Amino acid sequence: MRKPSTLFKTGLTAGLLAALPVQAETYFEASGKVAAELRGFTQDAQFSGQDHDSNLSFYVEPEFFWEWNDGDDSLTFTPYLRVDENDSERTHADIRELSWVHVGEDWELRTGIRKVFWGVTEFQHLVDVINQTDGVDDFDGEDKLGQPMVNLSLVRDWGIVDLFLLPGFRERTFTGTEGRLRGGLVVDTDSAEYESSAEEKHLDTAIRWSHTLGDFDLGAYWFHGTNRDPELSVRTQSGNTVLVPRYVQMDQLGFDLQATLDSWLWKVETIWRDTEKEEYFAAQAGFEYTFYGIQDSNADLGVLLEYGWDERGEDASSNVQNDLFFGGRITLNDASSTELLAGIGHDLDFDGQSLIVEASRRYGDNWKVSIDGRFFSADDPRDLASALDKDDHLQFTIERYF
Amino acid sequence: MNLLINPLKSVLIAALVSAPMVALAETPEEKGMAISVESKKRDLGWQDMQAEMNMVLRNKQGQESIREIRMKSLEINGDGDKSLSVFDKPRDVKGTAFLSFSHPVGADDQWLYLPALKRVKRIASRNKSGPFMGSEFAYEDLSSFEVEKYTYKYLRDDACEGGTCFVVEQYPVDKNSGYTRRLVWLDQSEYRIWKIDFFDRKNSPLKTLTYHDYQQYLGKHWRSDLMKMVNHQTGKSTDLSWKSYQFKTGLSDKDFNKNSLKRAR
Repeated sequence: MRKPSTLFKTGLTAGLLAALPVQAETYFEASGKVAAELRGFTQDAQFSGQDHDSNLSFYVEPEFFWEWNDGDDSLTFTPYLRVDENDSERTHADIRELSWVHVGEDWELRTGIRKVFWGVTEFQHLVDVINQTDGVDDFDGEDKLGQPMVNLSLVRDWGIVDLFLLPGFRERTFTGTEGRLRGGLVVDTDSAEYESSAEEKHLDTAIRWSHTLGDFDLGAYWFHGTNRDPELSVRTQSGNTVLVPRYVQMDQLGFDLQATLDSWLWKVETIWRDTEKEEYFAAQAGFEYTFYGIQDSNADLGVLLEYGWDERGEDASSNVQNDLFFGGRITLNDASSTELLAGIGHDLDFDGQSLIVEASRRYGDNWKVSIDGRFFSADDPRDLASALDKDDHLQFTIERYF
Repeated sequence: MNLLINPLKSVLIAALVSAPMVALAETPEEKGMAISVESKKRDLGWQDMQAEMNMVLRNKQGQESIREIRMKSLEINGDGDKSLSVFDKPRDVKGTAFLSFSHPVGADDQWLYLPALKRVKRIASRNKSGPFMGSEFAYEDLSSFEVEKYTYKYLRDDACEGGTCFVVEQYPVDKNSGYTRRLVWLDQSEYRIWKIDFFDRKNSPLKTLTYHDYQQYLGKHWRSDLMKMVNHQTGKSTDLSWKSYQFKTGLSDKDFNKNSLKRAR
């Protein structure tokens, strides 16, 4: 992990010292989870180096929490470690959170390494821009690396305004040579390049407004700084052909809206991104409808439909450019929180498909078991998803919470 | 009528004397409504409240499962209450928090905070009849009592654990309720609920909720320490016990927004 800038460290230290508990009324709590994850692939690998059909992985994520000043100050520390059987890049550690939060009358100051989520849609998180994707953890982009930040949040009658200073950029993690679920060429993360001469020390900024108006929850933001999505270019280095990531500067405007109307959730996310060589719009929109108490049972069935679009069309560097998503979620609402989720993605340009099925339930008070199946069919080599064509797999995860 | 006791009786006698037509004209519907209005009125002015909930879920075989939830509520004059709940157990949902702005009529506004994703999600509140955390309590059983949520019919007086009770039938106004009616026992001295029989959408007996160990707070507000729900159709049950009740701790609107939801833990 790269170090946060000195400025940032000094700020955090000073802030913490100022806020450190003077009285003994500090509350402490430790919790967390450990997990084992087994993947079984149904086909032989597509690329050389990936010579395994099953993979075992372990991860641990403890959380330490201190609170003082009657809850007006708190400190959270969440380290993360994964050990992987085959992929040395997937064996990695991160600080998911190390942050101090101070709560004022109508404001909050959050300082440190944190995670921030923006957005409303389920199949793609277009407007979610603050944290870098932890690409080795899973291929779905849902796992994020901790981002150093100073975040002032102001609560007003007309909404919540969040101001961000983001010192210290995090580079995306990529699957290594031995790992499956990657492209044909391995990304050489040690050779990362930047447009800005400040490189990973560029101070990024963001401002976001969010508000609830009746049935509508909406948000809008401006982000100025290093694009979290790298451009990947083919390069030959000491006889090996690799991909080299390059991180450019961008300005991005984003907007998200959810209308919650009876059993309907209507969702829209859209961004406008401006970089040195292109500017474009992209959007993800759709709905979620829930049938409650199906067949006179306690179970609910949610039906989801979303469409993802990118102005750049087939040239888009993103996986989603003209894609339709359909999903179903069954929640049994039983004592063990049994859930079944299935999602199908269909690429209308390249005619590729992906199917993801997830089932989970709790055993006893502290165990959770999930079985995930991920299946890909992408034959068009221009389709970025074609790299995953031979990586169909079943994943069995057992988590122990403490 | 002759079973009615002190305060109400004297009021009724006074009413009979001064305006006999009005009193005689009180229909079972009006009386049922009046009892509920009085019950709500007697608990007004609690301002804000904090408490810890512990649920023990039991299936037919007697297997138990625990839920631990901390809760804060804010009384809103002229509207439903605001509440913020944080889950401590089971551990896989630890830190999950739930913010609700309830309304006497129409849909409540509800948000869920998912700590693993750091995501706040506005959720549809139509699901009033669904089970809360897999328990025998439905969401609607745990939401704040508002007079406008039901129409009423007084049935009879009946002996109950709290002395003599009014038995009032309540018919949910919301078409999404899981019940056709509730039969409620309220004691005549303090207007506390002692028992509720729930009837499902087919009007069959579904559940019975009993209230135990009432404590009075600030010399006014009665709260039951233990609520037992039994499902007659499935044989499952849930015991909901409350502890660490605190009133008027100075909570305000700022403790019930998306920022407070995110740091609720």
